[in-house]
Amino acid sequence: MLDIRFPIGLMFSIVGLIITIYGLATMGQDAMYVKSLNVNVNLLSGIGCLIFGLLMLLFSDPVRKRNKK
Amino acid sequence: MDTKFALHGIDYLIMVVYFVFVLGIGWALRKYMKNASAFLEAGRSIPAWVAGLAFISTNLGALEVMGMTGSGLKYGMLTTHFYWIGAIPAMVFLALFMMRFYYGSKARSVPEYLKLRFNEKTRALNAFLFALMTVLASGISMYALAILLENVLGWNFNLSLLASATIVLGYTYLGGLSSAIYNEVLQFFIIIIGLLPMTILVLVDVGGYGGMQASLAPIVEGKGFAPDTWTTTWKYTANASANPMGVEWYGILAGLGFVLSFGYWCTNFLIVQRAMAADSMTSARKVPLIGAIPKMFIPFLIIIPGIAALVLLNDPGKGFGLPLNEAGQPIYDYTIIMLLKQYLPAGVLGFGITALLASFMSGMAGNVSAFNTVWTYDIYQSYIRPATGDKESDDRHYLKVGRMATIIGVLVSIAAAYIASKFGNIMDFLQTVFSMINAPLFAVIFLGMFWKRSTGNAAFTGLLAGFLIALLHHGLTMPEGATTLVKGGWIGVVHTYPVEMAQNFWTAIFAFTMAALLTVIISLLSKRDKSDAELNGLVYSMTPKLDDSGVIWYKRPWFLALIVGVIMIVLSIMFW
Repeated sequence: MLDIRFPIGLMFSIVGLIITIYGLATMGQDAMYVKSLNVNVNLLSGIGCLIFGLLMLLFSDPVRKRNKK
Repeated sequence: MDTKFALHGIDYLIMVVYFVFVLGIGWALRKYMKNASAFLEAGRSIPAWVAGLAFISTNLGALEVMGMTGSGLKYGMLTTHFYWIGAIPAMVFLALFMMRFYYGSKARSVPEYLKLRFNEKTRALNAFLFALMTVLASGISMYALAILLENVLGWNFNLSLLASATIVLGYTYLGGLSSAIYNEVLQFFIIIIGLLPMTILVLVDVGGYGGMQASLAPIVEGKGFAPDTWTTTWKYTANASANPMGVEWYGILAGLGFVLSFGYWCTNFLIVQRAMAADSMTSARKVPLIGAIPKMFIPFLIIIPGIAALVLLNDPGKGFGLPLNEAGQPIYDYTIIMLLKQYLPAGVLGFGITALLASFMSGMAGNVSAFNTVWTYDIYQSYIRPATGDKESDDRHYLKVGRMATIIGVLVSIAAAYIASKFGNIMDFLQTVFSMINAPLFAVIFLGMFWKRSTGNAAFTGLLAGFLIALLHHGLTMPEGATTLVKGGWIGVVHTYPVEMAQNFWTAIFAFTMAALLTVIISLLSKRDKSDAELNGLVYSMTPKLDDSGVIWYKRPWFLALIVGVIMIVLSIMFW
């Protein structure tokens, strides 16, 4: 059946990528990040989600099977 | 203070990605839905870790997340009693002593276990009450979510209600219980990771845990409590008036730690269903234990931010506020969404709101997938159209019925949500009534599993009487200062409790005791109605011991239970 790690990994990679790009695009817009204590929380969370998503993908059955071949 | 805020395009984009994935999982699973068992029981094929995360995720509904952050603000770390003493012992007990009967008896639902162990009428009583309760409960949480989105984000009430219901219907209709479970795992990670940036930022802002404790001291003293009351769990429970919950340690132990939590975790089919879908007996017994590990750490994600919000509320410089209700009281349940607004800029804010939507959906899908199973097997197959014996056509027929039940369940939930929006008080009352079902049910199932002498008639009477005594107790008592009859005292007030929670605890304790006593007495007065052989697999003493010797020691349920127990004790001591 479905290995849930695959859709989880895919979704977090996509969302992570979107948020990372948005974080990069808004770099320097200091006013926007005053509320998050002057931290570009989009960039950090985005990268975090991306890493989590890629790890999930890496350990999912479909990817492991392909790597074996 | 203006508490409304708007989202940006980027926030909606993240939400849309999430919607595509939940529906996509349902779509990917639809081809496996070949018979009723695949649709309603996930074909008993779910790996332990998946079922374990789903087990905890389905409990992490929107009302739970919102309510617990609000409770953090109101009661502080005392709220963790709902996650530690009020959950872990019951989950361990379910895993080690009860799952083998639920799973091993081949019952497809908790009501069906009652039928196998006792008799048809006991099953019927439980099945009808449960079916009604689950759809109404999902309606209530749907209403709570839609009204939140309307109040805070300005979304259209009807639109968000119907859209969220349609998405849940979509993926549960396509992929049944498997889809609900797989999505619950996805939702679990979204809830954790989506809320995490807010949790970290609010803690940093109040100066870390130590800084928060220091800022809390004068605020809490102003309320008339010892300065560290909000950051301790058991320390001030010797005397009910020394803590904001208004309960003593023995009330917490007996009410929350025993009756309420065992009633909820060990007998609620919504929860147990996740473990019953596991791929083997060993997996089924591990599911509650795997769920227990994240459960113990969820307070750090949702309760501590609520406590920090109390500091923010008392610091005008932070500009933090809660929306007020018609009576001018702050709405504590909105703490979490206001914290998201306070700290998260566009982008992660969308992910945070998505986490709230995910928690709503995991709760509602749980309700819907439990409802359609009980409806199809315990009501439809038992009373409307029994199996014909032709397995293939039966399977096709019950699959169709299960799918129809999914649609009907969602429609009734939507109707309940609209009733709730018109008569909020009635729904409050119904919720109280339904909380009375679990305590007597636990008494009856517990006696059924561990005492071979208990009989069907005794169980039925105990179940019914326990429920009625709970109603009676609620009708005769009320919490101090209650203004509506919904809170109790609708027969006449015999006793007044200092707080509502104490009343709830005692309602459950009375119901449990009544059900247990009656079941024991009537069983002793009547002849046994099931022979030893018939009770094999249903009663502890009549079932061969389970042999775990084929499983390596660190993968055995007992070892996992030990780890869970140690973590809980360490956490309780750390936050004593």
